[in-house]
Amino acid sequence: MIPLNYYLLFAAFLFSVGVVGVLIRRNAIIVFMCIELMLNSVNLTFIAFSAFMGNAIGQMFVFFVMTVAAAEAAVGLAIIIALFRNKKTINIDQINLLKW
Amino acid sequence: MLNLYDYIFYFFAIVILGSSFVVVFSRNIVHSAFALLFTFFGVAGFYVLLSADFLAITQLLVYVGGILVLLLFGVMLTNNIVNVEIKSGTMQTLPASLIAALIAGLLCGIFYVSNWYLVPTTPELLNNTTAVAIGYAFITTWILPFEVASVVLLVAMIGAVIIARREKAPEVE
Repeated sequence: MIPLNYYLLFAAFLFSVGVVGVLIRRNAIIVFMCIELMLNSVNLTFIAFSAFMGNAIGQMFVFFVMTVAAAEAAVGLAIIIALFRNKKTINIDQINLLKW
Repeated sequence: MLNLYDYIFYFFAIVILGSSFVVVFSRNIVHSAFALLFTFFGVAGFYVLLSADFLAITQLLVYVGGILVLLLFGVMLTNNIVNVEIKSGTMQTLPASLIAALIAGLLCGIFYVSNWYLVPTTPELLNNTTAVAIGYAFITTWILPFEVASVVLLVAMIGAVIIARREKAPEVE
């Protein structure tokens, strides 16, 4: 049996990979993928705790996280497509409409 | 002393780590999207290992069937595949890796130092399907968040349609 710590450390590592991606990539869609990676690692943590506590509530929270992830992907991609239509780029360096 | 369970764990761990690195560091955005597919599959495998069978299926349906397809549509709509504009660069690598190392160290430290409450014997949850427990929790104690989540999905769907819709097309283009 794999101990709980292995799952937790693995999830922490996956989260950090997602953080690196969000920070270093310029393409907005790849930033999106990395956010999904981070959400997945959080879900993994929830489920690991749930399994090792013998309690299903943690798995229920994962459903809420998935709901928000789906909503976020839909709205975010809509925003990206609208931006691309207006500015012909999804490079986040060049999307600075709100920058003063 | 490794048994089959451990081998499966390490197999999925390697799959997830490798494909997540491809997601982050690949120069080709389509490669990133397909590597994300393997990451989602590997995470679903972990869910099965943790006896969350119902969630593993949901992960495949929602992430692989929904979000990944949506992302691929985004890739197709925002990159001119004909041009070689599909590549995308990186920036600020040093501060980013510093911040990420800080976060990783913090998380690992918390996970190691904390004294988690664990069920000493094999949990009952591991022996039967989890769908019953989840469904029971959803329609009793947590019914309000459940309904709110459905409203969130509806609003997000309407909002996405409104944002992405092309208005008075001819002037752009």
